[in-house]
Amino acid sequence: MSGLAPTTLPGRPASLRRRAAALLHRRPLVRLGLLLSAPMLWLVVAYLGALFAMLLTAFWSTDTFTGEVDRTFTWQNFQDLWTGEVYRTIALRSVAVAAGVTVLCLAIAFPMAFYMAKVARPRWRPYLLIAVLTPLWAAYLVKVYAWRVILADDGLLNWALGPLGARGPGYGLTATVLVLTYLWLPYMILPIYTGLERLPDSLLDASGDLGAGTLRTLRRVVAPMVFPSIAAGSLFTFSLSLGDYITVKIVGGRGQLIGNVVYDNIGAANDLPFAAAVATVPVVVMLVYIAAVRRTGALEEL
Amino acid sequence: MTLSRGARLALRAFTALGLAFVYVPLFLVVLNSFNADRSFGWPPSGLTTAWWAHALDNEGARQAVLTSLKAGAGATAVALVLGTMVAFAVQRFRFFGRDTVSLLVVLPIALPGIVTGIALGNAFQVVLKPLGIGLGLFTVIVGHATFCIVTIYNNVLARLRRMGTAVEEASADLGADPFQTFRYVTFPLLRPALLAGGLLAFALSFDEIIVTTFTAGPGVTTLPIWIFTNLFRPNQAPVVNVVAAVLIVLSVVPVWLAQRLSGEATAH
Amino acid sequence: MQTKRLGVAFAALSLLALSACGGGDGSSTASGQGFKVPNIPAQKALGAGEGEVNIVNWAGYAEDGSNDKSVDWVHPFEKQTGCKVNSKVAGTSDEMVALMKTGEYDAVSASGDASLRLIAGGQVAPVNTALVPNYADVFAGLKNKPWNSIKGVAYGIPHGRGANLLMWRSDKVATAPDSWSAVFDQGSAYKGHVTAYDSPIYIADAALYLMSAKPDLGIKDPYALDQKQFDAAVALLKQQKANVGEYWSDYTKEVQAFKSGDSVIGTTWQVIANLVAAEKTKVGTVLPKEGATGWSDTWMVAAKAEHPNCAYKWLDWIVSPKVNAQVAEWFGEAPANSKACAETSDKSFCTTFHAADEAYFSKVHFWTTPIAQCLDGRTDAKCVDYAQWTRAWTEIKG
Repeated sequence: MSGLAPTTLPGRPASLRRRAAALLHRRPLVRLGLLLSAPMLWLVVAYLGALFAMLLTAFWSTDTFTGEVDRTFTWQNFQDLWTGEVYRTIALRSVAVAAGVTVLCLAIAFPMAFYMAKVARPRWRPYLLIAVLTPLWAAYLVKVYAWRVILADDGLLNWALGPLGARGPGYGLTATVLVLTYLWLPYMILPIYTGLERLPDSLLDASGDLGAGTLRTLRRVVAPMVFPSIAAGSLFTFSLSLGDYITVKIVGGRGQLIGNVVYDNIGAANDLPFAAAVATVPVVVMLVYIAAVRRTGALEEL
Repeated sequence: MTLSRGARLALRAFTALGLAFVYVPLFLVVLNSFNADRSFGWPPSGLTTAWWAHALDNEGARQAVLTSLKAGAGATAVALVLGTMVAFAVQRFRFFGRDTVSLLVVLPIALPGIVTGIALGNAFQVVLKPLGIGLGLFTVIVGHATFCIVTIYNNVLARLRRMGTAVEEASADLGADPFQTFRYVTFPLLRPALLAGGLLAFALSFDEIIVTTFTAGPGVTTLPIWIFTNLFRPNQAPVVNVVAAVLIVLSVVPVWLAQRLSGEATAH
Repeated sequence: MQTKRLGVAFAALSLLALSACGGGDGSSTASGQGFKVPNIPAQKALGAGEGEVNIVNWAGYAEDGSNDKSVDWVHPFEKQTGCKVNSKVAGTSDEMVALMKTGEYDAVSASGDASLRLIAGGQVAPVNTALVPNYADVFAGLKNKPWNSIKGVAYGIPHGRGANLLMWRSDKVATAPDSWSAVFDQGSAYKGHVTAYDSPIYIADAALYLMSAKPDLGIKDPYALDQKQFDAAVALLKQQKANVGEYWSDYTKEVQAFKSGDSVIGTTWQVIANLVAAEKTKVGTVLPKEGATGWSDTWMVAAKAEHPNCAYKWLDWIVSPKVNAQVAEWFGEAPANSKACAETSDKSFCTTFHAADEAYFSKVHFWTTPIAQCLDGRTDAKCVDYAQWTRAWTEIKG
């Protein structure tokens, strides 16, 4: 514990340091200000600033003749977005895909996390967790391509299902949901596992001792307590699915999602204003989603 | 909770199935790195080690890994500093707008990558170009750090909450100034949380492609970008599988490390 | 390669910037295209190398052995000329133009949709072909084309070319097709197994088909469509969509789809057809009777090049028979240099890629990005620009 004893170093730096320390000690507001300054500068100025700049661009237009952005205010992009039936269809489809992925992830992740955290022998738990997290380090694109091969007409799935007389879904939206579920599953398992692990066994035992059956304990005790973790996981799966445009290109057949529309307009047409207008759709959806899950305390469980 | 034997078995079977779901595609990646067929046909027409030989002297892949390591390390370092600072502010102080701050930290990961990507990419071009700074590794690090802050923040926040302030107060009572207290008391206690959060941040950065696409300069090739361009070249696609297979095997190391450290962090 | 092609197809602005840039002093107007060309003189003579050269290029055009040790034409160039090559790979034509505007680069491998923009913007100078000895051996069919010259003045050295062909699985498609009608009007025979290129530029393929299928629409150039012609092409593609299994954008995807049988008929590049065949899948390809769309790149020199002598040396190097053969084989395209055909490692390469077949390429309409002024010279009509093509493509895919 010698390190804790105040050490007096000779010379100016030490005294400067002491003065700073004393100031910090006396003035909590200065401490707070210093703590918040850099992160807020980063997040507010750099990040929020960039977001607002993008939003602003959405009210401009691209001059089709010169290709330059014309900085006069216009609602045209939003009008096009609103009146174009195709954009509504794509937006709804994207939300449905994201919701589907989230539900599927939850359905798979909860039992697995429950087994890992509460049923498996304690010494096995870390290894199970490693097993679940390893795929996060395998490259995203390579995993998607592996799925493309699995789902192909003469691929692994049809090869395995063939003798049973069944066939896989082929490329399309079903495949997209399946692959996205695969990709984001670890992001759902991890928070739920952490949430369940934190839940004392004694609480579950008490519920049992008081006469609650397994299902009732799950519903009345476990579910409410891990709900924030579930919401946190869903934030990942929902947002990651909503922003994806690569998976659907590889296994989505002829389908397209909102991310593709944004990407095509910026990458292909260099029409940043319209791309920005389209991008506000997932932003609004996510803000609503965040507002909804925020009450659960999910944001502190990520 | 007392589960019936049947329920336990069912859960175990379900978990086994879930793990199979997770591992079959990974197994396929490893298998395809030996598949003689260039477009990974199933079943493999033959096995070859040619792709491994190709991959071993692929300078582009090595460079890309190096770039990704640099980007990941840079983003993690920035996120560690910023995330810890916010976590301290939010956990140790009560102030107006505290909820907004925590929301702000979450936002970059909660908004779809393509939104973050084009917003940052656009801002970099507008703001940095007049300063003579083009898109490059630096902008990738900034972009990644933005959405990595949250992993550090949450880990540190959880740790701070459990730690309480008693030890720090004791340290102060014994005469330590705030710097000493941080250096000798708080930091060692936070270390597992920092490492766990840092590794997750690193993982996020290492496999990120969407934000990277929009923020990387033309000369900057991170591993996912390298994979993106090479997966679509006929002679290179199998080599990509080799790189991925190597990554899968090597990934056990950081994941194991993260698990041990976070396990330590949550140990009672 | 994928990135490159996407770039070509994707680049949006193309000629849009033309009239805006131009500028007054001593410019001339290119006939029929309605934009002004800045008066920049070509280099008169070649001096000593400057020790380095900065180039902007598509992936695969400046290989230094880092992807494959046997594929390296950068180091031999450096050894021979003493010019160190700093290569920057661009992802899209837009990026290429933006990079050239920075003024830091000496040469660029511009595609048909970027080259005219660079010329009109004054970023590139005419090329004195006398200083590029290997230019003499470039196929006549690539010289003085609308995308690489203005009024007979060469602005670059052609690099290579390719066509977008029709490919089918010969074991699943009973009769060999010879018309694009196989994927448009008769696509329903292969419902769910038709494939098409995933880019707005594919609308030109439909327009090309309509040129002969519906002559009364009066389409002369598939990249110059007025609203009525454009709507007809879009309608055709919407109708085709019902039969499409998937759209392809990278060639690993298409090779795999044809091999597995997910796709049995659709557009392709020669290099993909070869790869599919190499995977022991029976496929046939044809340049349909209506002709086809295609692509071609040009090496250009920056107007304000800091290292012009090294840039010229690079231009000459990249179209020299041996190197041009290497690039073409690595990339999968027809080489520009007629003598390259003797240098390919696969002796039948040039035959396979129709390198010397001018009759073949005369039927190819090379990619050009559509702009509001009709590229076919019509002045009484307004054409649909690429931004609208992009939105229509979103609508077609639905």
